[in-house]
Amino acid sequence: MNSWTNIKAIVKRELGGYFASPIAYVFLVIFLLLAGFFTFTVGSFFERGEASLVSFFTWHPWLYLFLVPAVGMRLWSEERRLGTMELLLTMPVTTWQAIVGKFAASWLFLALALALTFPVVVTVNWLGDPDNGVIVAGYVGSILLAGAYLAVASMTSAMTRNQVISFILSVLICLFLILAGYEPVTGLLSRVASPRVVEVIAAFSVMTHFEGFQRGVLDTRDIVFFASVIGFALFTTGVIIRNQRAG
Amino acid sequence: MIKVENLVKAFGPKLAVNDISFTVERGEVLGFLGPNGAGKSTTMRMITGFIPPTSGRITVGGHDMLEDPLPAKRLIGYLPENAPGYADMTVHGFLNFAAELRGLQGEARKQAVGRAVEQCFLQNVLYQTIDTLSKGYKHRTGLAQSLIHDPEVLIMDEPTDGLDPNQKHEVRGLIKHMGENKAIIFSTHILEEVEAACTRVIIIDRGRIVANGTPAELKARSPEGRLEDVFRAITLPDTVKGH
Repeated sequence: MNSWTNIKAIVKRELGGYFASPIAYVFLVIFLLLAGFFTFTVGSFFERGEASLVSFFTWHPWLYLFLVPAVGMRLWSEERRLGTMELLLTMPVTTWQAIVGKFAASWLFLALALALTFPVVVTVNWLGDPDNGVIVAGYVGSILLAGAYLAVASMTSAMTRNQVISFILSVLICLFLILAGYEPVTGLLSRVASPRVVEVIAAFSVMTHFEGFQRGVLDTRDIVFFASVIGFALFTTGVIIRNQRAG
Repeated sequence: MIKVENLVKAFGPKLAVNDISFTVERGEVLGFLGPNGAGKSTTMRMITGFIPPTSGRITVGGHDMLEDPLPAKRLIGYLPENAPGYADMTVHGFLNFAAELRGLQGEARKQAVGRAVEQCFLQNVLYQTIDTLSKGYKHRTGLAQSLIHDPEVLIMDEPTDGLDPNQKHEVRGLIKHMGENKAIIFSTHILEEVEAACTRVIIIDRGRIVANGTPAELKARSPEGRLEDVFRAITLPDTVKGH
């Protein structure tokens, strides 16, 4: 009945928490600077002579690799360190409401960061005549990708009260999610394993599933993949918290 | 209101709480006494539903804490040990958040926050963030949070810890006053506090209840009529406790 009110209250508090400290602003600035740097300098946006945002989206898995765990690392470790977890979980709130609320708040924050990249969309439309459908698909994929990383960060942050450990663990897991389908790695793998095995491993990678979005394809399988990563990681967060409470 | 039956909590091979049973009715203020590590906080954490017991049953207002936790939790106001609070929130924001999770909206929420602020004398720090508060104010913020929904059951882990003598006196008065129509459990190390505010005392040692009675009954056990003598006679000092 009031699970929605509870989630809303938690989302509000978490978002307020970001903006009450300089963290949010520092993060937004760094995110936008890095996104610009990758797009224009590393991705040679202008030199491509192409009216598309390929050079923008293609770097997102790497850009998020460090930035998303930085946002998610405090989710549960901070609650444990401050002892507020005891407060939160003795309120008439279920564990999953707390998990979903905290996750949703950080995801909204990342969505805001991503929305602030709108000048690249304006730029590419100003300079040429891009396929805006492809761009929208790219954004959808990008936010799903951020959600998947964030759910992983939520899981690792439930494991420890130390934010640094939580950060490093989630970077490692996300790095695996990238490398399993990163071409230089799959190329290397295919020399020692059969193509079928390489394909199975690559199926676990965010790269494999993010690629379609960049081409403007909204494939149900890709959406299901990201949704399952998020679902699985949040479920595991719940299991970890339950086990900790059981002692 | 609170019924605890054969509560056991094991952390690995160690029994933190070993077969504890008691009840607290409305109008009772139960003082939890015991040496450090006796199992007071663990018991309170189980009653409030933060950690599940290894075995045993807890009912609050007739609702089973394990099978139907939300209705049970709604009845409880809880002040955890060290009065944790979100460091980056203001006192006002924090109390509003607590009120919201307690299902209070709009005007009712405003009133509830106003009342808790008044009860705990927080007017001066209302818009300060919690990490800038002194220990006493931080503690009172935690207390205000536990009172926000005027709960029928109040559970407080060392509610007067870190307060100055005046504040201690105020909080004891508050507990005693609220105890008239609530069921209250609070833990403390301060024996005079028990005499000042409790209608009943339970002394816990190494996870077991070693005494249960009114302050007067317990005092009668000592020839000099002092609670401290009773406490020291029935609990073992930390130094002897090692395995």
